[in-house]
Amino acid sequence: MKADLNIDPSFVTGVLVDFLKREAGKFGFSKGIIGLSGGLDSTVSAYLAAKAYGPKNVLGVLMPYKTSSPTSITDAEEVVKKTGICSLKVDITPMVDAYLDSVPEADKLRRGNVMARCRMIVLFDQSHKEKALVIGTSNKSELMLGYGTWFGDMASSINPLGDLYKTQERQLAAHLGLPEKILNKVPSADLWAGQTVEGELGFSYELADQILYLLVDERWRPQEIIEADFPAETVATVEKIVAASQFKRALPTIAKLSRRTVGIDFQLSRDWSR
Amino acid sequence: MPDKMKIAVAQVAPKLGDLKSNLELHLDAIAKAQTRGADLVVFPELSLAGYLLKDMVPEASLRTNSAELGKILKASEKIAVIFGMVEEDPAYVYYNSACFADQGKIVHMHRKVFLPTYGMFDEGRFFGAGNNLAAFKTRFGKVGMLICEEAWHSFCPYLLMLDGAVLVANIANGTARGLEEKSRMGSSAIWEKMNRFYSDLHAYYWIFVNRVGFEDGVGFWGGSEIIDPFGQPELKLPYFEEDFKMAEISLGKVRRARLRTPLLRDEKLDFAINELLRIRGDHSAPPVARPKPKARTKTRRRVKK
Repeated sequence: MKADLNIDPSFVTGVLVDFLKREAGKFGFSKGIIGLSGGLDSTVSAYLAAKAYGPKNVLGVLMPYKTSSPTSITDAEEVVKKTGICSLKVDITPMVDAYLDSVPEADKLRRGNVMARCRMIVLFDQSHKEKALVIGTSNKSELMLGYGTWFGDMASSINPLGDLYKTQERQLAAHLGLPEKILNKVPSADLWAGQTVEGELGFSYELADQILYLLVDERWRPQEIIEADFPAETVATVEKIVAASQFKRALPTIAKLSRRTVGIDFQLSRDWSR
Repeated sequence: MPDKMKIAVAQVAPKLGDLKSNLELHLDAIAKAQTRGADLVVFPELSLAGYLLKDMVPEASLRTNSAELGKILKASEKIAVIFGMVEEDPAYVYYNSACFADQGKIVHMHRKVFLPTYGMFDEGRFFGAGNNLAAFKTRFGKVGMLICEEAWHSFCPYLLMLDGAVLVANIANGTARGLEEKSRMGSSAIWEKMNRFYSDLHAYYWIFVNRVGFEDGVGFWGGSEIIDPFGQPELKLPYFEEDFKMAEISLGKVRRARLRTPLLRDEKLDFAINELLRIRGDHSAPPVARPKPKARTKTRRRVKK
């Protein structure tokens, strides 16, 4: 059994460009800002934003750390060149090390999270300066698996990719004409040398997306997915990871005391009066 | 009753909770429709209020005697208007309503009966549910109005046929979801199927008016259309974009469609009522007109023989 995750990328591009324009326009924004890593996600976001706002109204921010892969920078620079968007390079090594030097015992996960959160600081500061909205780069596979740094790369103002699985995003990327080497890049958060997403998770995005689609979108029972010839172990792992990462997809939990509480029964759209 | 009728479709993107700007949007489109000689202009569901109102419902509501509504009624002196609003009744219940205004007056107000409250929808939490559905007399003939979800309950379009509607307007806030249809939304595909099927089956004109724009990431797919009583589209508006389009329809087609396939003539009201009562009797406490069990046993035995 194979779930149909094929999309019409040209149709989806139209919807997402419309989304970017309208949701930013409502808040008086006509510019976007994106952290560029040279990877697939941020590049797709940059291409979409360039279509929505015009390349001159998009700022790609390159934020290398001293251990970042050199190709991350050269690939991001190529994206800037190909799309014609504006760019800014901010070396985050001094700000990251200012803290990390004081916690030498921090393991690579902690160190990686600090880097991701420092990038968030830079992006939101530049967002204020440039009056540009931070465009998100987390896709649905990452959001469902919680594969991202909370208040780090998961932070954004609007996110065009959050309801597309990686498998679908790749089709969109090919349609948008991304450079070959970015299309074929092995997914990595590049928080430490040699880190790969699929290596860390222990299964491929292609397989995870199939299982997630059946589980989340089509609401199959895990047993039904296994019976459709998916590996039982991966189905169980995916199910477990989705549940364990629910906090990353929610607002902070507030203790209810009053009759109307933020996040519980103070219910208003974000577009309230916009 | 005239045979020819010009219908304008205003596929708009109302601003969430912004009555003032939405009122302007309406007055502009009504004026435009009137200038171009339209007899009727149709807006989407909640066109005066926006959709994801949640706790804002009371602030976005209007009374039928409000100054804002007065302006629309005034604009409807020479053109009929169908629009959507949050209606506050004197007992402070808030309804998702569709209004048919003509010759400066409210001809009919329909309060949405089926409020979707599942998945991404939460209408039952914020609105009171209507309790009536009726076709009503207009200078064009009998008209019925449905609000979005009501079309998904097939009894509603059926009831409007029985009640004599020759034209049904479904005003919607259809949300874009599902990528399986590739070049259109999955949700558009089923709506377009329903629009054709209902008009064809019930042999009346079907006007589907859906909004566009985004609210909190939720897209409304537009694609408004007018379908004739044979299930054939006579007007189609684009997906996702604001647009204003007009078509001249021929109500004579209703007669021809019903002569070709006289389904309405052959409907059996008593049969339908009896079966509904039987079903209700089987499932809820008050046993209204429940057939006697004995009689049923007999019937079954007879069949066996």
